[in-house]
Amino acid sequence: MVRIITSDKIRETVRDLCIKANVRLRPDVLAALKNAYRIEADKRAKRILRAILDNAAIARKESLAVCQDTGLPFVMLGIGQEARITGDLTRAVNKGVEQGYRRGYFRESIVRDPLMRGASGYSPAVIHTEIIRGNKVKIAVLPKGFGSENKSQSRMFNPTAGIDEIKKFVVESVITAGPDACPPYVVGVGIGGTADYASFLAKKALLRSIFRPASRVPAGKAGGRPTGHIKNLEHDLLRRINGLNIGPMGLGGRSTCLGVNIETSPTHIAGLPVAVNISCHALRSARASI
Amino acid sequence: MTIKISVPLDTAQIKRLKAGDEVLLSGTIYTARDQAHKKLVEIIRSKKRLPFEMRGAVVYYCGPTRTPRGRVIGSCGPTTASRMDAFTPALLIRGLKGIIGKGRRSLSVVKALKEQGGVYFLAYAGCGALITRYVKKARVIAFKELGPEAVRSLEVEDFPLIVAVDARGNSIYG
Ligand code: SF4
Repeated sequence: MVRIITSDKIRETVRDLCIKANVRLRPDVLAALKNAYRIEADKRAKRILRAILDNAAIARKESLAVCQDTGLPFVMLGIGQEARITGDLTRAVNKGVEQGYRRGYFRESIVRDPLMRGASGYSPAVIHTEIIRGNKVKIAVLPKGFGSENKSQSRMFNPTAGIDEIKKFVVESVITAGPDACPPYVVGVGIGGTADYASFLAKKALLRSIFRPASRVPAGKAGGRPTGHIKNLEHDLLRRINGLNIGPMGLGGRSTCLGVNIETSPTHIAGLPVAVNISCHALRSARASI
Repeated sequence: MTIKISVPLDTAQIKRLKAGDEVLLSGTIYTARDQAHKKLVEIIRSKKRLPFEMRGAVVYYCGPTRTPRGRVIGSCGPTTASRMDAFTPALLIRGLKGIIGKGRRSLSVVKALKEQGGVYFLAYAGCGALITRYVKKARVIAFKELGPEAVRSLEVEDFPLIVAVDARGNSIYG
């Protein structure tokens, strides 16, 4: 049944999600950090993890941004095909971002012109929409800091490339990021689709809880494949990355990566796009359904 | 052991510091990041007056959030230092002694630190809310138009840092 959703409601939801995401570290990330703290053997690494946990607690208690880089908000809208939105949707999202960021006293990190730069502000966000079933609108906000966004990579592999080449590429992307992008990291990987779509999936992968299994590979002519191989790939990459001894702040230790999330998509017979989007330990996102 | 140091950083304090040491810094430091660095280096090139005394100064690569009402400063952690690599030697030649940021530096910065006797420190990365604890006063002193990238003077007390590159050119990253 068709449902009316006002753009005002969307603006308010985006506003509240921006505040929540920036002030409260995501529960799965927090749990993974606590776990890393528990098992870390290196003394200095443990001290840094303690500081990261203290930081999250202070941010939450005092309504401060977890990190001063309150990022460029990546907003995912899943729009139910039976939802009817009144008003200007794009404008509502950007207004919501501006209001949330202003209310939270966050940082103006966005320049309107990438070349001329100039004064920075709170919007526009990067907005993606997907049409979904039903009559609801699902909204997810992921404010992405650029210390880690700057370490994103993508590569077009040959379709005959082995899984080992892909593993090597992901691990090397983390080595390149090294100490610079605030490890321990969460690594988002997009495999398949097109060059642009793989990059989108790598970012979208960061929205998924570290503890939730990968989405199913869409069923195709081959009948769809179980996600077991993706899960194994995630585990193997996590193990390899944590063997790199990068550690918190890049000063050594086993806590280099909190999780690897992979999203896949069907692709062309001639190609195998792979993209990596690295997130710092301050992986922030919040979602709502209206 | 944690070493207490204060600004201005003199030769005696600098000489004691070794890569890997943990220190607590007190005194007035200045925030400056990408755009402010570009401007500072232009000022040096055109031989104009710098907005703060560079001799013995400590610069913090930081662009804080807005300041919430009733607070001294908003979240204020370090930003990636390598983006300032190209500008750093010019500031060191003018007398800059301490730099606070996160991540690696270029070989030319390490060389300049060694030649000019400066130190590069790491602040706890991604801990901007925690770091507010150590900032007692904050004020914009130059390039207000740059918003978060304006130069601010921060009065800090026992700001915990880790020596990443010492004045002998030794680096914590090997
Ligand atoms: S990389 Fe992440 S934690 Fe580090 S400064 Fe940027 S947003 Fe903050």
